[in-house]
Amino acid sequence: MSSIARLFRAREAGILVMLVLFVVVVGLIQPRFLSTETLRIVLLAVPLILVAAMGQMMVLVSRNVDLSIGSILGFSAIAAGMVFRDYPDLPLAVGFAVGVLSGAALGFVNGLVVTLFKLPSIIVTLGTLSLYRGLLFILSGSKQIDPNDIPEPLIRMAQTSPIDVPWIVIIAFAVAFATWLFVTYAQVGRQIYAIGSNPSAAPLRGIRVMPVTILVFTLSGALAGLAGLIYAARFGYVNPGITGVGFEFTVIAAVVIGGVSINGGVGSVLGTVLGVLLLGSVQVALPILGVSGFWQNAIYGGIILIALVIDRTVRQGGLRGLLARGGA
Amino acid sequence: MNSIDKNPVAAAPSTVVVREAAAPRPRWQVLLIRPETVTLILLVVATIVASRLSPFFADLGFILESSTYYIEFAIVALVLTLVIISGEIDLSPAAQMALSACLFGTAFKAGLPIPVAMGVSLLAGLVMGAFNGFLVTVLRLPSIIVTIGTLILYRGLAQVLAGDKSIGGLPSWFVGIDYRMVGIVPVPVLVFVAASIALGLFLGITIYGRQIYQIGTSEIAAIHAGIRVRRIKMGLFIASGITSSIAGLMVASRLGSVRYDLASGAELTMVLIVMLGGTYIFGGRGSILGTFLAAWLLVIIATGMTVANIAINAQLTVMGLLLIVSIIMTNAIYARSQR
Amino acid sequence: MTELRPLVSARGISKSFGGVEVLRNVDLDLLPGEVHALLGENGAGKSTFAKILAGVHRPTRGTIELGGKLVEIGSPIGAQRLGITLIHQEPISFPDLSVAENLVIGQVGGKPLGRVRWAELAKEARRLMGLLNVPIDVTVPMRGLSIADQQMVEIARALASDSRLIIMDEPTAALTPKEVETLFGIVRRLREEGRTIIFISHRLEEVRAICDRVTIFRDGDKIETAATTNLTDADIIRRMIGRPVADYLHRGVGHVGDVALSVRALTLPGRFENINFDVRKGEIVGLGGLVGAGRTDVARAIFGVAPAASGVIEIDGKPVTIHEPTDAIGLGIALVSEDRAIAGIFRSLSVETNITAAVPKQIAPNGIIRRAVEKRLAQQSVEKLRIRLATVRQPIGELSGGNQQKAILARWLLAEPDILILDEPTRGIDIGVKAEFYDMIGELAAGGRAILLISSELPELLALSDRILVMSEGKLTADIPRAEASQEAIMHAAVPRTGRHTVSGAAA
Repeated sequence: MSSIARLFRAREAGILVMLVLFVVVVGLIQPRFLSTETLRIVLLAVPLILVAAMGQMMVLVSRNVDLSIGSILGFSAIAAGMVFRDYPDLPLAVGFAVGVLSGAALGFVNGLVVTLFKLPSIIVTLGTLSLYRGLLFILSGSKQIDPNDIPEPLIRMAQTSPIDVPWIVIIAFAVAFATWLFVTYAQVGRQIYAIGSNPSAAPLRGIRVMPVTILVFTLSGALAGLAGLIYAARFGYVNPGITGVGFEFTVIAAVVIGGVSINGGVGSVLGTVLGVLLLGSVQVALPILGVSGFWQNAIYGGIILIALVIDRTVRQGGLRGLLARGGA
Repeated sequence: MNSIDKNPVAAAPSTVVVREAAAPRPRWQVLLIRPETVTLILLVVATIVASRLSPFFADLGFILESSTYYIEFAIVALVLTLVIISGEIDLSPAAQMALSACLFGTAFKAGLPIPVAMGVSLLAGLVMGAFNGFLVTVLRLPSIIVTIGTLILYRGLAQVLAGDKSIGGLPSWFVGIDYRMVGIVPVPVLVFVAASIALGLFLGITIYGRQIYQIGTSEIAAIHAGIRVRRIKMGLFIASGITSSIAGLMVASRLGSVRYDLASGAELTMVLIVMLGGTYIFGGRGSILGTFLAAWLLVIIATGMTVANIAINAQLTVMGLLLIVSIIMTNAIYARSQR
Repeated sequence: MTELRPLVSARGISKSFGGVEVLRNVDLDLLPGEVHALLGENGAGKSTFAKILAGVHRPTRGTIELGGKLVEIGSPIGAQRLGITLIHQEPISFPDLSVAENLVIGQVGGKPLGRVRWAELAKEARRLMGLLNVPIDVTVPMRGLSIADQQMVEIARALASDSRLIIMDEPTAALTPKEVETLFGIVRRLREEGRTIIFISHRLEEVRAICDRVTIFRDGDKIETAATTNLTDADIIRRMIGRPVADYLHRGVGHVGDVALSVRALTLPGRFENINFDVRKGEIVGLGGLVGAGRTDVARAIFGVAPAASGVIEIDGKPVTIHEPTDAIGLGIALVSEDRAIAGIFRSLSVETNITAAVPKQIAPNGIIRRAVEKRLAQQSVEKLRIRLATVRQPIGELSGGNQQKAILARWLLAEPDILILDEPTRGIDIGVKAEFYDMIGELAAGGRAILLISSELPELLALSDRILVMSEGKLTADIPRAEASQEAIMHAAVPRTGRHTVSGAAA
């Protein structure tokens, strides 16, 4: 039996219970929520978040945060979209490569600045959030990639596949599975946890913090880039002023709900997937329940705060420890 | 921001070789090599370049008028400076501006007189700041992530309140604060200058200002010295909330209406002003003077770009780059003086 | 054994920290298959020397040969590649990773994309922990383990690494006698395998039980290397201290007045329990014990940094409530804390600001700081305590450790406390300045203050205290009057007798 499974079992069970409770309660209020159609909508809503959440999970585990993923998503979507528009004869794979690699490059810059100058990632990525958004306006000339510029095969990836599950859903869960393999079985994957768990001890134990941290940011960027293509496939357009704006907060909410600790060292793929599903269910449930979509962000914000308090409570050993005075 | 650097000298074991103290750095170095000086030099350079670019910049009145778009954020940045010196951060002020302004608009629409609606808005600022303070000082959650959570929450609540429509119809006496002048100085600029002087004095000559620096330098040492760390931090978060609410009302007056996306993305602008002013991201160092100068530097740069016909959207590139460059430079300067 | 070629030959090793020389010209040979003790007082240089071998510090001067080849040990990893492992005094761990992972992570030869084989990993981890007789589940996270168990994991890690040289820096500090026995069994086996062990300890009986040779350090110099059997305990102590212990004994019992501080049934679960004692005016009460015995926690509780869960604190016979340091300061209590770098100084701020930090009312009666008053108070303190500096405006970080500590003491003297708690007040301070501190502490007591002195240096406790309390594993185990106090009596009460440590590492 895998020790990892045991390590995080408690956290994941909690999230699963929350997910089931939510579905049951919403289903009781509004029975039509419990339908395959809802499942379909939820599954279509999550790939975008899920792919980026895998990257953000690794970033958080390494005791960093990446606020720039929304802009990276936008940048990669524009870059790929421009390839589709301006070179319609090139195969789809070229567009994918452009999207993922441009995302990786921007993520690499994040990691490099954070590690080279020893700066807090939150401020650096707040800066690149703006920087990358500005660059994407310059790159695109502030022009939208219109629906008729998006290749038909890409659009179809959001609708179907040989096994009747849309390609983007398959891709998203494949990414999650690959991430699970990586953080569970690759030595460098484990080192991400070590760095986040005790950053000052990591170099004493022979872990090369700088390259590993840069790798984590690069992966986060690449996955945000992939999310950019999923965006183009699902929505059929890319707008420099809309695509990916505020996306980082949705992803952070999903990851934090998934039990990934903001203090680093703790977090699992399974938990993150459940967190994404819970968030997706909330998104889909609101209109069914007749709640205005305007509530969505407020609910995300509230959920993040509750997840933070829960994480803190778990670490402090119950509420008593949480409210105890003093200490350092 | 939570790393405590153990200096090898302090951890070094005892010895018989008596070393008394390193010679202090020459006074000119202490005065000259500091981030505020860099900010001042950049401000002068930017002004000269800009006035070459366009004759508008020779006109103080033009600069003052064009500053009103940024000055509301600069006012909040003053308080944010104190928060960051104390070793915390608040990323939620822009969202607080939006929510308190939307509350103001909603209260006004509900028939409350303007002064009462303003009271509601200020009270909301206080409550939002206190909630941030509660999460940070009582539940001891890291402010950097807490205020991301509340940033989403507060703006989300503004959206719930106002939907995607703007609330307008504000009485004409309330609208247009940026066109009210004292001499050639618009009222918001006057507020900013007055707030700068007040907070500069607060930070510079009062015991509370001193204690903010001490907390930011070493929170654990501050606790051991009997400084009421939690109370002071709570006060700072509340001040941040109330100031945001005032800034939100100023935007409402300037635009004549409020929307949930008011001051959207302005957390970057605020943090940028503070960082550009040479406040140390890890706390313990910084000044109101730096933030004051940085606000004008930003006004010159932004206005300069607009005059040079650079699209607002493309200006984001420069802002993001400036933020990163300014932290790197400030860090380098402090690392130098730290030895 | 003398015929063997040394495994390690260190020649002329010197080390300075920021201009302070902590190790001078040390020559030392370590033989294969020997257990070699490094002895000396705190700060004598033994740990620094060990850390140079382990690549934590680089020597300022000197060369190291390993197996006859000149080597450069640039980093802890470099040391591990050369087959040198350091077992840290305070266990280093990744609390969120499992015990098994902690044993192997970062291991030399690992490939970044190499596969982690969980089943084999767990099996190997169980085998290693079995060797050490530690019955813990290797799949649980390190977080919940006691310090002692973490220490055992650290030792198991060294066993797994196949090192030629294993350095153990006070490995027994947190262990029970039974665990110490197991450890010694392992050490003997490693010796038989031909590995070299450096053993750093303060406990002479342990050194005698396990070590073939000892090297004694004092004030950064190597004093002597000899076979353990050739030295008596008295010889070793004399070489460590360099002068008869009696030299320190200069304080007579002063006038002792009424009870100033009294502590009744003070308890903080997991840290200390049922602590009772009194400190009288004019009395210096020593508080001894091993590191981690809970002494600092008691001091922090009295001062309100981390208050006790139950129990009563009385000042001048009246029960008081102390929630935070501000309360304690208002009641006339001061604490010079153990960790000067973190809990004492404001490194980048001026000496002046540091000295006046605890007396805001004096320098700013109505909230506005009076620079003249502040400067005068700081100047007076500098003169009174003979703090050596260029100007009171310079950052305190530029001062030497001893002068920083004087500034912290000055801070608390300005607050005019009736009760002064000193936690390791002379740690990391030059010998010359130490003597000044002893005089000052004596004077403060003579002036009618009640003093609680926590110290790990036994001669210091013996020289200064009117009475010595001893703590072990969170409990008060002895109250020794001055006349009966001796190093042996203190150590007897300080060494744990019961089971495993209850102090959990989770709080770290």
